[in-house]
Amino acid sequence: MSPEAKKEKKFALTLPAEELMACGHLACQGCGATLAMRYMLKALGQKTVLCIPACCWAVIDGPYPYSSLDVPIYHCAFETAASTATGVKAGLEATGDTETTVVAWAGDGGTFDIGIQALSGAAERNDDIIYVCYDNEAYMNTGIQRSSATPYGAWTTTTPVKHFKNRPKKDIVAILAAHRIPYIATASVSHPEDFVKKMKKAKDIRGTRFFHVYAPCPTGWKSRPEDTIKLARMAVQNGYFPLYEIEDGEKTTVNLKLKERKPVEDFLRLQGRFRHLKPAEVAAVQAEVDARWERLMRSCAG
Amino acid sequence: MRKVIMGNHALSYGAMLARSQVISAYPITPQTQVVELLSEMCADGTLDAQFIKVESEHSAMASCIGASVAGARAFTATSAQGLALMHEMLHWAAGGRHPIVMGNINRAMAPGWSIWTDQNDSLSQRDTGWMQFYCSSNQEVVDTVIQAFKVAETLMIPAMVILDAFALSHTYEVVDVPDQALVDRYLPPFKPSIKLTPADPRAFGGLTGAEHYMELRYKLQKDMEKAPALIEETGREFGKVFGRELGLVDPYLCGDAEFVFVTSGTAGFTARVAVDELRAAGVKAGNLRIKVFRPFPFDRVREVLGKVKKAAVVDRNCSYGAGGIFYQEVKSAVYGRPGMPPLIGYVAGLGGRDITTAQFKEVAADAMAKAKAEEEIVWIGVKK
Amino acid sequence: MRPRKAKKIVFKSAEEMPLMICSVGHQTHNLTGAWRNIRPEIDLERCIKCGICWKFCPEPSIDVVDEWPVIDYDYCKGCGICAEECPTKCIAMVEERK
Repeated sequence: MSPEAKKEKKFALTLPAEELMACGHLACQGCGATLAMRYMLKALGQKTVLCIPACCWAVIDGPYPYSSLDVPIYHCAFETAASTATGVKAGLEATGDTETTVVAWAGDGGTFDIGIQALSGAAERNDDIIYVCYDNEAYMNTGIQRSSATPYGAWTTTTPVKHFKNRPKKDIVAILAAHRIPYIATASVSHPEDFVKKMKKAKDIRGTRFFHVYAPCPTGWKSRPEDTIKLARMAVQNGYFPLYEIEDGEKTTVNLKLKERKPVEDFLRLQGRFRHLKPAEVAAVQAEVDARWERLMRSCAG
Repeated sequence: MRKVIMGNHALSYGAMLARSQVISAYPITPQTQVVELLSEMCADGTLDAQFIKVESEHSAMASCIGASVAGARAFTATSAQGLALMHEMLHWAAGGRHPIVMGNINRAMAPGWSIWTDQNDSLSQRDTGWMQFYCSSNQEVVDTVIQAFKVAETLMIPAMVILDAFALSHTYEVVDVPDQALVDRYLPPFKPSIKLTPADPRAFGGLTGAEHYMELRYKLQKDMEKAPALIEETGREFGKVFGRELGLVDPYLCGDAEFVFVTSGTAGFTARVAVDELRAAGVKAGNLRIKVFRPFPFDRVREVLGKVKKAAVVDRNCSYGAGGIFYQEVKSAVYGRPGMPPLIGYVAGLGGRDITTAQFKEVAADAMAKAKAEEEIVWIGVKK
Repeated sequence: MRPRKAKKIVFKSAEEMPLMICSVGHQTHNLTGAWRNIRPEIDLERCIKCGICWKFCPEPSIDVVDEWPVIDYDYCKGCGICAEECPTKCIAMVEERK
């Protein structure tokens, strides 16, 4: 391309240009959760209210009296993302605002563990909220303790190498699907176009919508900050974190079909939290990923 | 309109007349009729409100907080274990300055399981920053809910309207249910100056360092200090509109009394029967019913106690290791003030045990025989 | 559009603080560029304007100015995602000199 032609060429934007998240926030270098927020706001736009419980984002946004976002936030109690969001939605409706999208934005601890009762309650009632769990697979904000989203094999400060986590990750999507809510999607920060597309789709659906977003954490995973996107992409491509959606708890669609799945070992080896795993244990992770993938394929087949 | 209604329905009518916009509640005995009637009112259109049927009291308060910060008038009701489960969120509601009004039916805390009245549930929430109004009649319940919204929204501090389990919650009394038009005149719509809206995007309740936290709590205390005068002012205004004044305390024959029972809740009315009988026997007795526990009405309590020779504080609660909770508060009100009488503290009626007229007379005899308090707790009616 | 550097908020008294605990300022007052040990430098000669660096920046501190990517060093934390993901490898992470 000639220099002139290049000068004329447009800079390619594959996502909406609007930025509702600004610089100056307190996320660690290479934070996946921060990208997840940026993408979600690009999809939903400014008429959005967030309910954020205790999680990394309670800190990332910045301390009182500041905020990094151009949308309103209610910092709520740890276990109340869903119930606070439900109340906000009711309050907005009662005062004549029927347009604003209300989002509960919580980490894996606030979703899989302490907030699951409120989430289940809201889902069962089909409250008109979008619940987003950005999953970094441990309590990262308190300093890397295991949660029920921590995968088999992982080191955390409460699952030391000698007693690494020996139970699989809780299948939160299956739990939500059992509530028969209108829309569930998984998403990854490595595939923002897919994330934005599904979030826009969800915005136009009424009722409880649930997103499970894979958000690598260099601090907690003991990975290089520059590998955040690479790790998220590998997890999608090896079937560790497949991209799919479930409508009405029944209809499952895989958004990114994989002709062949790469082995999980390369993905594990880039993360210090899995460094201690012996070949047999890596094989156990692979077997679990394979079994989950097979289950997903079966549910797609109906 | 005069109606014969139970205490729980008095709460429901109060919430309805206040035009609550969001109700979020979870059932618990003995509160259930409050939310049952409100669900019916929402279903048949009597009340234009969103009713969220949550899966726990914790979620009930969380969604009231969400609704309130979004600019809606929010109401809930609970009791005992439910209130205890809400505890974290009570701090949240007060600290965040969300003027929610909640009915609480005083019920004893488990274990053992009890559904009967005592005050340890609400008094355990003493330090959460909520205002607490202890009612003693169904009329007072409906009136106080309406007043509580007015005071709460003026100060941006939540308020609890409290009534005894069964003794009031399930007791039917004649109530003059206020006229909606008059209530609308007394209680304007809730219009907070700052709220959660995309039109004015702010982050509420974020991480607050030592540089700022203390000032925020100082503001809460300063506003709480404005509450006694505001409660009296809005109580007088209530009297002008509805013919019934509402105050911080409710003295009975205290003007010339030499001895008074200090009580709260329904026990006060039993005390008044004892007062009448004691007066018939020549004892100048009186009763000071404390209606508002937070903010504590220090001045009003001192005004009454400064004129008597002795006072017995009868508590339907106990702070284990210290004694009756109203007793502790009344002591702090008179501490270091000249001309205050000796106070003697009694604990009675826990877990729904009746407090009888005879027991009040026993209290009076005991108190009048003592020059000063000899122990922190005198147990009444207990099989030692 | 890069947000302007917001002012730091200083409350002189409790009175000045809003009754509700809510933000009144923007976190852009916090220049996170100071966190950086290594800095990304874009060789525009080799840049193909694919938008990938912009897309994956977690701050986001890559602006689009006249259809070119421009790094805002006031905020870039130096995570290196842009350099790692750049398909033409035209972004180099170089030692920060302070």
